[in-house]
Amino acid sequence: METVYSGRVWKFGDKISTDLMVPGSYVLARRNIDPAEAALQCMRANRPDWARQVRPGDILIAGRNFGCGSSRNGSEPLKALGIAAVLVESVSRIHLRNAINTGLPTLVCPGILGLADEGQRIEVDILSGKVVNTGTGAELRADSWEPGSPPYQILMAGGFMPFFTEKLRSAGLITNASE
Amino acid sequence: MGMTIAEKVLAGHAGRSAVRPGEYVWCRVDATSGHMLPALERLGVDRVWDPERVYMVEDHLAPPPTVEAANGVAEVRRLVRKYAITNFFEFGRGGILHQLFPENGMIAPGELIAMGDSHSTSGGVFNACVTNSAMDALYILAFGELWFRVPESVKVVVDGQLPSWCVGKDVILEIARALGTDFGLYKSIEYTGSAAAQMTLAQRWTIANMGVEVGAKFALFECDEKVEEWLSTRVSRPYAPVSADADAQYESTHHFDVTGLEPMVAFPHDPGNARSARTAQEAGIRIDQAFLGSCTNARQEDLEVAARVMRGRQVAPGVRMLVSPASQEVYRDALKAGWLEVLADAGCLVEHSTCGPCFGGHLGVLGDNEVCISSSNRNFQGRMGSAKAQVYLASPATVAASAITGQITDPREFLT
Repeated sequence: METVYSGRVWKFGDKISTDLMVPGSYVLARRNIDPAEAALQCMRANRPDWARQVRPGDILIAGRNFGCGSSRNGSEPLKALGIAAVLVESVSRIHLRNAINTGLPTLVCPGILGLADEGQRIEVDILSGKVVNTGTGAELRADSWEPGSPPYQILMAGGFMPFFTEKLRSAGLITNASE
Repeated sequence: MGMTIAEKVLAGHAGRSAVRPGEYVWCRVDATSGHMLPALERLGVDRVWDPERVYMVEDHLAPPPTVEAANGVAEVRRLVRKYAITNFFEFGRGGILHQLFPENGMIAPGELIAMGDSHSTSGGVFNACVTNSAMDALYILAFGELWFRVPESVKVVVDGQLPSWCVGKDVILEIARALGTDFGLYKSIEYTGSAAAQMTLAQRWTIANMGVEVGAKFALFECDEKVEEWLSTRVSRPYAPVSADADAQYESTHHFDVTGLEPMVAFPHDPGNARSARTAQEAGIRIDQAFLGSCTNARQEDLEVAARVMRGRQVAPGVRMLVSPASQEVYRDALKAGWLEVLADAGCLVEHSTCGPCFGGHLGVLGDNEVCISSSNRNFQGRMGSAKAQVYLASPATVAASAITGQITDPREFLT
């Protein structure tokens, strides 16, 4: 699992809900929607066409209560679009767990919206929490996870599925991964 | 040092005598929902840790509006048979999971439950720590346990005398307005106070339900005779109510006196963007749709008050009102009590129990520029359909009154 990310910034405001990331009428109502197609619906209400502009390695920064609302996995489309890391002022519990389980590093970084403008580049070390605007040199500290804690273990394994599959094997509940 | 309700429940389920906020613990979990059964099968795991403690229903696409959804539900039926899940509820015997599962004995005081859907916080009305588990419900299905971060606890004291024209919905909208929708972020909220105690179970249930709308991990009430009465016909296993110790530590305490509370309305696009219904009425906001449904406010009391408001009256021209009871059981009670007849006579479209309209799925999706007043829980942009629609959240009485006048209306004149 990569622990240092460097990328172009996309900036969002407060209260970016999971309804915006996974719109009900366009995604949830379509039970077997293709993940790539679902990803293109991400933020269609508040920033139509944003999804098409994201490039692999980009970093999303946002304000308070990121991922509020539904338990739909907003990190899934973000990761599918290529977002490599997410830095926010604060994040909802449900969304944070989904992010860790999806293997998309999502960190609380107080003051993040003041660190960089959209289009600038930042670098984040998810273990130390150090966040740097590589253009201006300005720095902040994000909250990272206790080494050995469950979220740390899950993220370092690459997400919940690799973590869980290994636990199943250790417990003898499966002999090989059939997915 | 004393512990809060969340600390006691997490400690007990982790086999520890005490835990502190910020700690990570692995806990035995008492129940979950079966939404991850398809993934469990794909991984090659052929049994769940305890089939009796898994509950499953299709409520979001109920009944299925498309062939792919229908095939999806057929898969669920196959899986519940394969995994011997007896707590599966077919259409016509089901409902919305947060109403249906407790009706069928899933939740008891002192329990720790992590299940699908964000409105899992509803279960806190039963003095149980109930919260969301999405993908990681897989871990519970396989092992009967899950990791948790011990949350800080926040106390919300609701005192005073709740006026007869207000219900739990008005209280939680006022709390969200006053404290913001992230005051409870990652916290366990404990509701106490004389007004909280006086509220009916259904009124507290709305407040617990919208716990997630203020960021909460748990939204807890005490176990009193109202809770015990509910449980007496539905839960036969032993349970132990949990109260906080007198010297428990809270991150913060907030006081509300609801004596002067007015019916409240949350304006687009945020549940915390609440003002009084009187203010909304003065603004002359015309509506296209009124929705009385969802796990938030579609219980017997909610349908009864809507029927009281609408008896002998009609839904305004140009307006449609959809009514969807929270479960089949509520639907049958409302039918027998005559409330559904009153609502149908008033020109309401009385639907079965479903999540559909609340999340913009089906059975009442909003088009461009439409305005809806809803008894549900969220009004984020695009929530109930078009991103160009406007959703207002309110109590059942306010929804019903607005359907009659055709614009957002303070229900008090209809409640005499």
